[in-house]
Amino acid sequence: MIFLQLFYVFSKIGIFNFGGGYAMLSLIQDEVVNKHHWMTVNEFTDIVAISQSTPGPIGINCATYTGYTAVIHAGYPTWAAVLGAILASLSIIWLPFILMIYISKFLIKHHQSKFVTDIFGSLRPAIVGLIAAAAIMLMSKENFGNPTESTFQFILSIIIFLFAFVGTRLYKVHPILMIVLCGLAGLLIY
Amino acid sequence: MGIYTELFLTFAKIGSFTLGGGYAMVQMMEKEVVDNKHWLDKEEFMDTLIVAQSTPGLFAIDMASHIGFKLKGVKGGIVGALATALPSIVAILLIAMFFQTFKGNIYVEKIFMGVRPCVVALILAPCFGMARKANLNRYNWWIPVVCTVLIAALGVSPIWCILAAGLGGFIYGRIKR
Repeated sequence: MIFLQLFYVFSKIGIFNFGGGYAMLSLIQDEVVNKHHWMTVNEFTDIVAISQSTPGPIGINCATYTGYTAVIHAGYPTWAAVLGAILASLSIIWLPFILMIYISKFLIKHHQSKFVTDIFGSLRPAIVGLIAAAAIMLMSKENFGNPTESTFQFILSIIIFLFAFVGTRLYKVHPILMIVLCGLAGLLIY
Repeated sequence: MGIYTELFLTFAKIGSFTLGGGYAMVQMMEKEVVDNKHWLDKEEFMDTLIVAQSTPGLFAIDMASHIGFKLKGVKGGIVGALATALPSIVAILLIAMFFQTFKGNIYVEKIFMGVRPCVVALILAPCFGMARKANLNRYNWWIPVVCTVLIAALGVSPIWCILAAGLGGFIYGRIKR
């Protein structure tokens, strides 16, 4: 039952998301692409690009989009897909919401306590690893082109990747501007 | 205007106008909640930030529900959280419907062939900034490396990495003392 699965998967993603949108990507990719095959690597990358260029938290954007596509792929009509999108978005919110209400007072009082600093001392480095993994898993031949079969696309993809990396990292180009530039390059060159 | 309407409108506005997700929202939220509405003072806002960073869930939604909760209890929290999420749900739904129709289009495909490598770079770039914020040093540099290898090369679920890291930190802290 697709709706139950969506509810379960996005509740799980919500509760295990520490460290914000990018850290969440590897969780979403693991569930949505690798385990449930609700979308392809390409579709997943596209939705990350779309999430970057639309307002709101990236997790909500991914949940809404996945909910919609998963239900459509399962053969349901559009209205059911809209329900699936809303269900997935709310699923990602509700558990952290309840937890937060209980934890917030405790944490405000104890955020300097050894207990909390110990746990977060090793959780933060782990999250860096999660984000790196998300990026590495997307360096696939679906996204970059096959080095032997589509050599031109592969080389161009590497150039675009380096350009975007240096641009955002060193020259602080805004991510949305970067996406527009690279999209334009794709449209003109391919 | 009732306080719930005001809560809803304020967070819907924050949700609609902040591109780039969670941390980009902080500045706008501070301006609205502290400077304009005086719902929290600066220190309370900082406390909220710490709570949102240390609890699971979406950063912006955590912030919104916490501020709503402080003002009006559980009901206020629900209003804040839903108001922040609503604009992006609507926007993405429209895009998803549009995208299903235009997916086969050759020009759309060309654009995304250029965009996909860019997205990978956009994800990787903040990794280095985060490494500094996470206080990476010669004693803990192996934690992110091991996590990356486990997830990307061995297909381990990221959930196990989070659980192991949290538990590991707790045990390490106990042994040290």
